[in-house]
Amino acid sequence: MKKKRLFENIVHGVFLILGHITVGFVLLITIYLIVSGIPAIKEIGLVNFLFGTQWAPTKAEPQYGILPFILTSVYGTAGAILIGVPIGFMTAVYLSKVANKKVRAVVENAVNLLAGIPSVVYGLVGMLILVPTIKKIFDVPDGASLFAAIIVLAVMILPSIIKVSITSLDAVPKEYEDASLALGATPTETYFKVSVPAAKSGIAAAVVLGVGRAIGETMAVMMVSGNVANMPSLFESVRFLTTAVSSEMAYSSGLQQQALFSIALVLFLFIMLINVTLNFFLKKERK
Amino acid sequence: MKKIVSLVLAAILMCTVFVGCGNSSETVTTDGSTSMEKVIGALGEAFETEKGITVTYNPTGSSSGIKAVKEGTCDIGLSSRNLKDEEIAEGLKGTVLAYDGIAIIVNNSNPVSDMDLETIAKIFKGEITNWKELGGKDAEIVLIGREAGSGTRDGFESVTDTEDACKYRQELTSTGDVITTVSSNEDAIGYASVASVEETVKTVTVGGVAPTEETIKNGTYVVQRPFVLVTKEGEALSESASAFFDYITSDEAAEIIASAGVVAA
Repeated sequence: MKKKRLFENIVHGVFLILGHITVGFVLLITIYLIVSGIPAIKEIGLVNFLFGTQWAPTKAEPQYGILPFILTSVYGTAGAILIGVPIGFMTAVYLSKVANKKVRAVVENAVNLLAGIPSVVYGLVGMLILVPTIKKIFDVPDGASLFAAIIVLAVMILPSIIKVSITSLDAVPKEYEDASLALGATPTETYFKVSVPAAKSGIAAAVVLGVGRAIGETMAVMMVSGNVANMPSLFESVRFLTTAVSSEMAYSSGLQQQALFSIALVLFLFIMLINVTLNFFLKKERK
Repeated sequence: MKKIVSLVLAAILMCTVFVGCGNSSETVTTDGSTSMEKVIGALGEAFETEKGITVTYNPTGSSSGIKAVKEGTCDIGLSSRNLKDEEIAEGLKGTVLAYDGIAIIVNNSNPVSDMDLETIAKIFKGEITNWKELGGKDAEIVLIGREAGSGTRDGFESVTDTEDACKYRQELTSTGDVITTVSSNEDAIGYASVASVEETVKTVTVGGVAPTEETIKNGTYVVQRPFVLVTKEGEALSESASAFFDYITSDEAAEIIASAGVVAA
């Protein structure tokens, strides 16, 4: 009996330590980002840093304004959501409510596969196919642009939107739908007026998850967006918060490097904000 | 008991101190040009496996590297430009390790095949914006460059005298990306290290001279810069530093230098 308790205690201790490791890493990263991100902001000035429209760290008179990056990240994510959410949402409704089992299995597999493709592959396909196509169709000098990044991001966020939406649509009690059908509503009316409203906080969570994925994506975006620190415009070359950090990290030093950490800190705050929003929706759903 | 523990601890600490000393006398410190990272990295690694002496590299930029030698804070300074007269007057000596040639590349379907240095500068500064001004088709020139801080960008902009003035359409983070992008856009022009240019793009001649090992070495191909080792004139290097210096300027190191994409001097 005593032996068993001892064993239980040991296992409990091991799990406790493992759990704390994760928390420890989160804390470590947070503290590290704050400590290494603050000095540059102090030196440049918060207003100059956040609202400066020029980024030119290697100039004789360096400029460290990241407004172009912030706006690009916001516009890029918004664009991806605008395209990705309707497609993902409709797919989820179709798969959860309309499609027969065979179709659903095939499409769900395809969606899982889409989620498993490494982002560098998205970037490569975008770079070799999407970018030249945009150049041709819209008759712009170069296709690498915010628009190309939005398209790539929209495709990349589809799996998370579809999967989370399906889960919450599946969880709607069948009685609701049966009752609606019994009252004479058509299936389509039932799906959109009963099932979807019942699953709305889950679907909202899916959208927020998509936003998180889009704003944090680096590699694919870097390969199709051109990476020039312009103020965002649909067919111009732009640079995101993520790509601003990764594209200059390799060679940077001094204040430039510190400023890159500050950009990472800003990005981190954005993602924290998204996580808080996500938790809000998830809690609401549980209730 | 406590005494023994502290004694053991003290002994261990002493040992680490000695180990530390042993290492530092067997280290060669280099400091300077960020562009020379690849070549010095390759040479340092080869030297370390052969002689067991560690080579450290501190990427601070050519001017800081030259200053570091003058102040004696490093063994060998690395500069990707020739020493200025006043620097030589201050008792510094430059030895050219290698030449870094930068190829100007355009799409294979582009009819333009030659331009001079001034034209290149005008294109990248945005003063010439259409290929028809150069005898090509009527299309906007798309400038493909590298990210701020890249050695190739720094080299290109300093040779063409276009620092901070280039109007890039794309800033990519690797030579491979630049080549792929130029090969997939008919109106693009970019630059890349000569050694890494492939047949998927066309290398233009500059003032009629094509970049080859020979033209880069004898200076007729102008879009190039030297990689210089900076030391103090008349002051002996430490034993390990002088071994490293001899090693990297020897013939057998030429192959390693070539593998890093530059032409050995």
